[in-house]
Order: sequence, then structure tokens, then C-alpha cells
Amino acid sequence: MSATNLIEANDLVKTYISRKGLFGTPTHVRAVDGVTLSVAPATTLGIVGESGSGKSTTGRLLLGLEEPSEGQVQFDGRPMPKLKSNAWRQLRSRMQLVFQDPLAALDRRIPIGTQVAEPLDIHAVGSEKERKDRVETLLQSVGLRRDQASSYPHELSGGQRQRVVIARAIATNPDLLVCDEPVSALDVSIQAQVINLLRDLQETRGIAMAFISHDLKVVRNISDRVAVMYLGRIVEEAPSEDIFRRPLHPYTQALVSSVPVPGTALKDRIILQGEPPNPAARPSGCAFHPRCAVAMERCRVEIPAFVSVEAGRKAACHLVPATSET
Amino acid sequence: MLRFFLIRALRAFMTIVLVVTFAFVVLRLSGDPALIIMGPEAPPDAIIAFRKAWGLDQPIWIQYLSYFGAILGGDLGISMRDGQSAISLVMDRIPATLQLTVPALILKLMIGIPSGVYAALHRDSAVDRGVMAGAVIGFTMPSFVFGLILVLLFSVTWGLLPSGGRDSWMHAILPIVTMSIGGAGILARFSRSAMIEILGQPYMRTASAKGLPWRRVIWEHAFPNAAIPIVTITGFMVGTLIAGAVVVESLFSWPGIGRLLVVSVSNRDLAVVQCILLMVAATMVISNFVVDILYGYLDPRLRNNQARH
Amino acid sequence: MPLVEISNLGVAFSGVPVLHGINLTIEKGEAVGLVGESGCGKSVTWLAALGLLPGKASVSGSVKLGDEELVGSPREKLEHVRGGRIAMIFQDPSSSLNPVLRAGRQIAEAVSLHQGLSGATARAEAIRLMDLVGIPDAVRRFDNYPHEFSGGQNQRLMIAMALAGKPDLLIADEPTTALDATIQAQILDLLISLRQETGMAIVFISHDLGAVSQICERVCVMYAGRIVEQCSTEMLFRAPRHPYTRGLFDAIPRLDAGRERLIPIPGTVPQAGRMPAGCAFAPRCAHSSEVCHNQVPTLSGTDGWATACFHPLEEPGAPGPSAHILVEKVEFA
Repeated sequence: MSATNLIEANDLVKTYISRKGLFGTPTHVRAVDGVTLSVAPATTLGIVGESGSGKSTTGRLLLGLEEPSEGQVQFDGRPMPKLKSNAWRQLRSRMQLVFQDPLAALDRRIPIGTQVAEPLDIHAVGSEKERKDRVETLLQSVGLRRDQASSYPHELSGGQRQRVVIARAIATNPDLLVCDEPVSALDVSIQAQVINLLRDLQETRGIAMAFISHDLKVVRNISDRVAVMYLGRIVEEAPSEDIFRRPLHPYTQALVSSVPVPGTALKDRIILQGEPPNPAARPSGCAFHPRCAVAMERCRVEIPAFVSVEAGRKAACHLVPATSET
Repeated sequence: MLRFFLIRALRAFMTIVLVVTFAFVVLRLSGDPALIIMGPEAPPDAIIAFRKAWGLDQPIWIQYLSYFGAILGGDLGISMRDGQSAISLVMDRIPATLQLTVPALILKLMIGIPSGVYAALHRDSAVDRGVMAGAVIGFTMPSFVFGLILVLLFSVTWGLLPSGGRDSWMHAILPIVTMSIGGAGILARFSRSAMIEILGQPYMRTASAKGLPWRRVIWEHAFPNAAIPIVTITGFMVGTLIAGAVVVESLFSWPGIGRLLVVSVSNRDLAVVQCILLMVAATMVISNFVVDILYGYLDPRLRNNQARH
Repeated sequence: MPLVEISNLGVAFSGVPVLHGINLTIEKGEAVGLVGESGCGKSVTWLAALGLLPGKASVSGSVKLGDEELVGSPREKLEHVRGGRIAMIFQDPSSSLNPVLRAGRQIAEAVSLHQGLSGATARAEAIRLMDLVGIPDAVRRFDNYPHEFSGGQNQRLMIAMALAGKPDLLIADEPTTALDATIQAQILDLLISLRQETGMAIVFISHDLGAVSQICERVCVMYAGRIVEQCSTEMLFRAPRHPYTRGLFDAIPRLDAGRERLIPIPGTVPQAGRMPAGCAFAPRCAHSSEVCHNQVPTLSGTDGWATACFHPLEEPGAPGPSAHILVEKVEFA
């Protein structure tokens, strides 16, 4: 991979041990099963997938909040330091997480200004006075008023709370922001405000973003590149422009087609049968084959490799021919 | 399944060992049984003889080991005071205690659960506030205070009921009521909060939205869910059936386990005290075990919680 | 005669009004969408109609089911309507089923309530309904508990339960919001085909304009406890006339568009109890004038188009690019 990427993940695997029932024997569940991806500075990688696809786990692995069972994450050309080590702690200021529920991310007994200042205090940035100024600037840059620093989370609306979380996340000028469903809990009119905010912040600060979401429309709008996950694996990755206009993998096609677009009849769309399987009971071969309309015998037995299929596009499907350059 | 039982059994055994050890150490360190039983005026050689006879001249850890070995062999020892076997002394008292604790438990359930559920269904009404005030008084007031008030009213002032002894069923009324009141208060509070939480769940709206009559919504859909935390508390109360009557039995001079325990402790009659503690621990452990099994029955989610991510 | 006629329905929670006089008619067999953001009153309207709101809510106005008045009618009568002539399904299917009761039993319960069946016949009918909504292996799964089904299957079970009373009207309150994209499509598909088979009317409550347009012929857009725009789905998507509706269209990213900057609606929805005088949307509206801040616009219009706005947008204000997604078909060799 190129050296210009801010973060690279190679063949990440995360295995959890799960016990079926109170008395069952423990089984190993591969929540993330061989994920390779990268994010360049000042760009956004959208990660889409349904529940159980492992997209949130991938986000936590990227941040180094969990140790991969196999594979490696490289941040800024260096391997991710060991969990809870000093080097790891220092890295925290360079990578931040924004997740779905802002109320859970904030302490309801502490004024928001103090909470935004927290990462500055932890990483001992500037004097107390400088920190106070910086908090006010941060609040303004996410579209809140300076005087709202003394407000408590419950005094703000859902959208404003997510702004506070974002202000705290960018307080240390991070290079990477992992956003896990950051707008899913917000109403549509507010959702657009937060999406625009994230895009502005990326533009002015050159932050790289991994944007995890189940909402394809939002991902379409915010991402440069998009990776589609199914049952712990990336099945397709391509520029946002191409993947939604011309999805190659049958799963991506179904996913794109499932988004209701006003004016198109539901009947014209691909409606997948069945549900995503449980990661603990992964189908043989290509995990998507039981739901795939074009599956062949080969799909049942052989896991398709994730390979380049066109310039800048990769897919893992036996039916999408690989380009010769790989 | 076997694994589950083995783990539970091992845990139960450890609990009992800890209880017995604790009792042994505390009682040995807090006074010399020989001195207490023989009395301070006893001749020194009589005391030495007593110590020798009961093995009290051995180092404490040897006493402990031999005591423990005896228990494992099924021998719970004999009372230092009158030479009877400790187990038969305790067994003789059990019926008397159960005569109080079992009706008291039923009374707690019968008062506590319906009043708690009723309060939940009429939340913030005058009845709700009344019930909750009563519940708080019920479990904050010490039982000896409550018992004394009852004696004052029903025995001394009105002369309706006897104030102590165990001669007729009339004698049981005041101790049973005294014993029930705290538990009923606790159950009322638990039932109320459990019920309020369940009433706010989305599936309660579903039950109403499908046209189920209100009464059936409450008893068939809400109550089975609310029962889960209530069972926990009830299980705890079952665990105290043997030992829960110490204060009340003393107050009403009821010849049960509780009084035997008080007398034996003040005498440092170790075999008897430990026999009682062993039984108390065993009831606790068994009722906990039953509660665990009941959980699985009441909450299907605990039966096979398959991993879903 | 319309199936349901709601007139001047108002709801207040502990004295704070949240619904300000809703007028809405549902015809037999019709599918109507109620669109709006959280707190706009779209669910409350129907919970109030069925008497499902908590005790602290006071309901005024009228909801007529045929000749029957529902508001203020005794509980027994409402219990008969609920799940019978009007059934309802909810947003979060996994927590909408009772976790300690077997799924089949919960459906059979509705069957025996509304069809008078019991025992083995109720069970057989429940299994038939489970089959109908696409639960595989219904006979065996009758005795499973809700947590043993996936979210999508739980919503199917909810739909089976709703069908037990052979309702004239199904209120679907955000039935797909909590589900994954491919499962959402399945549930929408199921609702469409069930409506075709049974002829029941559907009120589809959602914040997802796309989903609403799949199912409904007619849409009502709600804002802060009022209906602000009402017309056919086709007309609404061609050219919304209320500035709020237009704002919603602009704020939602499109799959078939590029990475254009979204146009958000500034500000936030006013809280109930802190409603501005006049039009509730006026503080956020780019078109507002003096009158908007002083007077509440009434819902009025002609030709099946009604708007509650003093300055409705003119006809050629079609939102965004063409409403057709260009997914090129990829042929597999």
C-alpha cells in the first residue's frame, strides 16, 4: 500500500468467544474476518453494512480500542502501540471517536464546556486561560454559542449534543475521526446540519474520517470512498461516485436497490430473501451465497478473494472478474 | 447442565465453609467457653478438666480441623451445656420457628405484592402515596419497636391477645404480624417499582393495542415480567425462614431456633451455635439455588441466550 | 362514508398541548402516509384515537370510525376496536413483543380475542398467519420466544398479530425504522402485498419520505402538532409547496445525487409548551413575513392539495434531480 495513507489495516481479524446458552460449549465468532482498508488524510471512507456485518468492530480496531486477534493496524506509518501503553495513550489525542448516542457520550452532571476541555486537560494543552479560549472557539466552530459552555447536556437538543461531542472530539486537532452512526439518532433536518459540519471540519482541518453507517444516502453524501461489509468481510470497495451508480457485488446491488427512492416502484427493486446470517454460523464459501440470486456451485465452497476488479475498485465475488494487474 | 450444577454446588459448599469458619473464629476469640459455662467461681482444676474434656486445650487450628472433620463425617457435636446432641436440640426447635416464619412469609406476600401492584397501577394517587408511606414505615421501624407497640395495644391496653409464650394459636398472632410487617413493606416497594418499569415497556402498548382487556394486560402480560425481581426478594425471604425470628422470638418468648441461638451464643455453646449457622447457611444457599432455577423458568431469555451481534 | 374521520383532534400532556386540532380522513382501503420529525405528533394522533395514551394526556375533538365516536368512549368499546377494526404495529419490533410469552401464543391470543377461536383452532389460525407473513417453519417456531427471532421476523410476527383481527385499518408506526436496509425492503414489500390481498387501509407513519412514497397514495406532512401539507404522493414529490416540506427534501441526501452540500433547515423544532405565536415553522422559515409570526395559518387548498402556509411555494419548485436512480444493470457472464 502507498505510504501516503494515514491509517492502514491489513487482514484484520477479531474473534469473540461466545457461549450458546448457559450450558453450551464456547464457540469462536469471527466478528471481523480479514478486513484490509486504508484512509488517506483529509478523505472520508464510508463503511456500510447491516447489523452483524462487523462495521462497528472494525471502527474500534482502527482506533486501537480493541486489539485485533490477527492482522495489524498502521497509523501514520507506524504499527498501533499496545493497548493502554504510554505510546497508545499519546496517540489518543490524534484519533477520536464520535458515536451514535450523544447523551450516552456526555456526562449529564458536568457543563459541556468542561467536557469539551477534558481532552485538553488530559493532554495538557496550553495554559488554563488558553484552554478556556480554545473551548469557546471550538464551540463556535461547531455552531454553538460561546455562552453555552456552561449549559448541561439535558438543556441542549439532540443535534446540539452531537455538536458538543464533535467539538470534544476535535479539541486535540486529531488526524483521524471515526464516526459510528453519528447522525442516526437525529431528525432529518438536524442530520443535514451535522453532516455539513463534519464536511466543513474535514475541509478546514484536513481530518481523515472513517464514517460508519447503515444509511447509504448519508454515506453517499459524505464519503470519497465506500467499503461495503457483509458478515465481517469487505465485499466491495470503490469510489462513492461509482459504487452507488454501478454496484458490482450482488450484495451491494441489493443494498443500493433497497433504499426507497421516491418515484420508483418497490416491485422493480431487488428484494433479498432471508436475513443476514448469524456470525457464529457463517455459511461456507462466500457468506452471501444463501441469499444471492446468481450464486453458483463455486460460491458454496470457495471464499472469493478481495481483488482489484477495475481501476480503483475492489470486490470479492466469483462473478466479478479480476483485473490482470493483481 | 452438569457443569452448571457442579459450579453451583461448589459455590454453595464454599459459602457454608466460610460461614462455619467465621462463626468458629468469632466465638472462640470472644470468650472462653469453660469459664462461661462453669462460672467464674468454679475451681481451676474443674475448668482445666472441662477444657480437656472438650478439647479446648488444643491449639485453635487443631480444634478447628477436628471440628471440621467431625462435620464432614456427619457429626455436629454435642451441646457443652447439657450433653444432648446439638442436631436434635436444634431439630426440636424447628417446628416452633416454622410456625411463625411460614405464616409470616405468606402474610408478607399477600400484603406486599397486591398493595405494590395496586400502587403502581394508581401511580401518584392518594392510595399510592399512602401505601408507600406505610411501606417505608414498615421496613424502617425495627421489629422490636413494632412488636412492643402491638403488645402495648393488644395485650396491655385491650387485653385481646397474649403477649408471650406458645400455648395456643392466639399466641402466634402478634409475633407473626410483627415479623411480616417489614417484609411486606419491602415487597410492596419492589412490586411497585417492578410493575411501573414493566408498564412503561413497548410490549405493554402492544398488548393494549391488540384489544386485550385491561385486567388481562396487567395479569397476563405485565405481572409475569414484574415477577422476576419480586422472586429475587421472595427467595431471600425464604432464606431467612430459619434464622429470621431471633428478635421476635425473644420478644414474645417463643421457644424457637432464634431463642436457642441467643441462649447458645451467650453460653458459648459452640456445637449448637454452629449447627444453627450451618442450617441457616444451607437454607440460604438452597433458596438461592431455587431462585436461579426459577429465573430460567420465568425469563426465557436466560434459558438460551444465543449470541447475537 | 369515510372509514375514519378525525376532526379537530387535540391532545395535551399535563396541560401542555402537543396536538393542535388535526383534521384527517381515511377512506376504505386507502394508504396514507404521515410524515414528520420526532415530536410532531404523528404517532400521538393514532395513540389518542385508540385511547392508548397514558392517563396524564387529555384528548379533545372527535375520531369517528364509521358512526362510532372513539374519543371519550368507554374502555370496553375501545378494546373491541383495538386490534379488531384498527390494528397497530410499532417501531421497535423486538421490544414490542412480550419477552416472557411464546410468540405463537401472543398471536393466538389476538386470534381468540377477535375471531372467537380457542385451543387448537386458534393455534392453527395463528400458524396460518405466521406462514402468511413469511415466518419459515411456522409450526415449529410457534413455541419460540421473541428473542429467538430476528428483528425483521419480530416485525413479521407483529404484522401477523395485527392481521388476526382482520382489520379495516392498519396503523404502521415507523415499522421499518429499526430494521436493516435489506430487511426494510422486505417488510415494505410484505405490507404492500398484504394490502392488495386484504384490502385493508394503511396509515404509514414515518420520517422516511422514500419509504412513504413506496406505500402511500396520499401524504400528510406534520410539523409541531399540526398537518402542514396534504396531497397525493405524486404531487408532493413533484413539487412540495410548504416551505417545511421543501426543507425536508433539501435536507435529505440522495443516493442518485453527487456530494453536493446539503441544505439544512436552520434551528430546531420548537418544544411543546414553548410554541411561537403564529406559524410554528416561521422562526426557521426563509419565506416568513409579519403575518406568519402573528397568525396561525389554517390548512386549506383545492384539487386535493392543502397547505397550512401564508406563502406557499409556487408550482415549479421540484426538488433535486430526477427521482429515478440510475443503477446500471450489471450482467453476469
